[in-house]
Amino acid sequence: MSAPQSYWSNRSFPEAAKELLADSQIRRNVRHATDVIQAKRNRVVGELPDWEALREAGSAIRAHALEHLDEYLIEFERNCTRAGGTVHWARDAAEANRIILALIQSHQAKEVIKIKTMTSEEIGLNRHLEANGIRPHETDLAELIVQLGHDKPSHFVVPALHKNRQQVREIFQRELQLPELGDKPEDLCAAARAYLREKYLRIKVAVSGANFLVAENGAVCIVESEGNGRMCLTLPDVLISLVGIEKVIPRFRDLEVMLQTLPRSATGERMNPYNSIWTGVHEGDGPKEFHVILLDNGRSPILREAEARQTLKCIRCAACLNACPVYHQTGGHAYESVYPGPIGAILTPQLHSMEQGRTLPYASSLCGACYEVCPVKINIPEVLIHLRGKVVEQDQSTLGGKLGAWNIGMQAAGFAMGGAGRFTLAQHMGQLAQKMFVSKNGFIEHLPFMLSGWTQTRDLKALPQQTFRDWWAQRESAASGPGKAEKGNHDGE
Amino acid sequence: MRISLFITCYNDTLFPETGKAVVRVLERLGHTIEFRKEQTCCGQMHWNTGYLKEAVPIIRHFVDVYRDAELVVAPSSSCISMMRDHYLKAAEMAGDTKLAEDVTALLPRVYEFTELLVKKMRVEDVGATFPHKVTLHTSCHSQRSLHLGDIPVRLLNKVRGLELLPIENPQECCGFGGTFSIKNADVSSAMLAEKVRTVLNTRAEVCTAVDNSCLMHIYGSLHRQRTLVRTAHIAEILASTGGQA
Repeated sequence: MSAPQSYWSNRSFPEAAKELLADSQIRRNVRHATDVIQAKRNRVVGELPDWEALREAGSAIRAHALEHLDEYLIEFERNCTRAGGTVHWARDAAEANRIILALIQSHQAKEVIKIKTMTSEEIGLNRHLEANGIRPHETDLAELIVQLGHDKPSHFVVPALHKNRQQVREIFQRELQLPELGDKPEDLCAAARAYLREKYLRIKVAVSGANFLVAENGAVCIVESEGNGRMCLTLPDVLISLVGIEKVIPRFRDLEVMLQTLPRSATGERMNPYNSIWTGVHEGDGPKEFHVILLDNGRSPILREAEARQTLKCIRCAACLNACPVYHQTGGHAYESVYPGPIGAILTPQLHSMEQGRTLPYASSLCGACYEVCPVKINIPEVLIHLRGKVVEQDQSTLGGKLGAWNIGMQAAGFAMGGAGRFTLAQHMGQLAQKMFVSKNGFIEHLPFMLSGWTQTRDLKALPQQTFRDWWAQRESAASGPGKAEKGNHDGE
Repeated sequence: MRISLFITCYNDTLFPETGKAVVRVLERLGHTIEFRKEQTCCGQMHWNTGYLKEAVPIIRHFVDVYRDAELVVAPSSSCISMMRDHYLKAAEMAGDTKLAEDVTALLPRVYEFTELLVKKMRVEDVGATFPHKVTLHTSCHSQRSLHLGDIPVRLLNKVRGLELLPIENPQECCGFGGTFSIKNADVSSAMLAEKVRTVLNTRAEVCTAVDNSCLMHIYGSLHRQRTLVRTAHIAEILASTGGQA
């Protein structure tokens, strides 16, 4: 099974969220950053008259690739191998970590440089390498900030989005021993550049992820903004790319769609400043050795389920995080996973068993903002509901769950909704039962048990003494006159 | 037209004034309203909370009640979106092809209240007077599922005396989300705090919407803070002929 997700805890989303909501600095940083990216994204998406057609095409390409994933992966392996690359298959995190460590050790390397790869965060690669005496250096500016700050990523495109400039300066001052460092963006960039340049030139092994694998020619594609990726892809002797099996697309020309939708959705750019696409190895040009590790780690079981398969269409643009009103409030750490936000709420529970992510499918108001911006049209609310269904099923399979307040409440409500007589009875019981909670002002200000969540910040208008259906019955009996009054009384089943 | 009112379970129980307002507006426009007493709920609360199989009999009941209705109207975009987005899926999940057929036959005749007025009846001016400053909360389901667009605005613009005040971030959720407001009460409250701030910033006297669920949430905070701002379902504004706010 997968390696322990040690630096993510097991606490529930509401618990973690409560703690993060108390951190006004994080909330301010997250809100500011997501607002800026959202605005840029909306601007560059708005200028494309065929945006909806691009989404449709992107969705179709990804869905098709997933339906024939076995064939396309083997086609990719064949073509990548033919071009001089080596393809490894990793069933889970432990196996991937083992393969990568062995490759690094076979070159007697003690350090590696890394391009931002969330897949490596998923398998806990850095911790595994450190435990085995190998030092990984993150080269993406945000990942470097996270690494130097002994922190966790809170976003998978902008991992340090929860830190502001002053906080970044403090981390650099402390960790890079630069007490005089200023806080202008150019100061911070210059410090990172000076720190990293030397490593690009000296370290001989690089680890990356990938945005896309192209089946028809065995090409690997990475898009980035800083140029650190290009350095890692071209300077070292050995390049190891760790890639989730779902990242394959059939043809090179599919990139025509993906390289339009991904940058616009991810960073609000029309095109990424650096677009690297390479096949295998080439004499005298770039790495002499190239490995691709195809990682499953819980992906195949997702494929088997028609309802949830669309989760794997994701191209990791994070537009759904930037659009999500829940993420806006909590930032990424509340999701206790390298994949936070709406996509994380459906991906994490499926990748690492429902047990760990039981509360994640409920971490959404189902407002639909995520689906609206998704460049490959993943209907996230639909998958959230599907996963909620699984949580409930799991609950109902135990006696404790069956007798839980939620299940009993829902069964009772379901029974009441089954017919008008029972429903009317429930309404009248509610009108009576509320009496002990209604304040003098006619509002409910305190509710017991789980309902107290509502009244912690909100009042509730008391149920009026006459329901609509009672009013209607009264109106009908008045209209039909005394002769028909007995028929006009309200319903029965 | 003979229009069957699906009042929805929470409007029936908590907001009878909204139902009365719908009746008043539609009767004023010359239509006949019927109320089928067997009606209960659309099944949304169960479905969205993950009680999927428990939602199916509720859905079946809804379809049975309205099978032969000429037109059905509900003053709730979220209940209508439940039907349009999930009913077929629920029927499929239950393996009930008959239910799927019934849903497909019935749903084209089911409308949200403002959609019925503007899209089906082509009416924007319903003869209302409401001399107050109003802001519109654009509910998530009305914009992203029903795609109502400017329909509520067009109706409000024709109300005499009404001054419609724009709100910041109209696309953002108020944080209600049904049981989300209880299961994730803290996050929900934080979302609500932002929404209420934008409502108060408009200086409106009344915040309206096509959904009482959002309004119940927003008003929960407006009342807790003892503000002066009220909430009113759009039907209540459209039914008004100049009396009290």
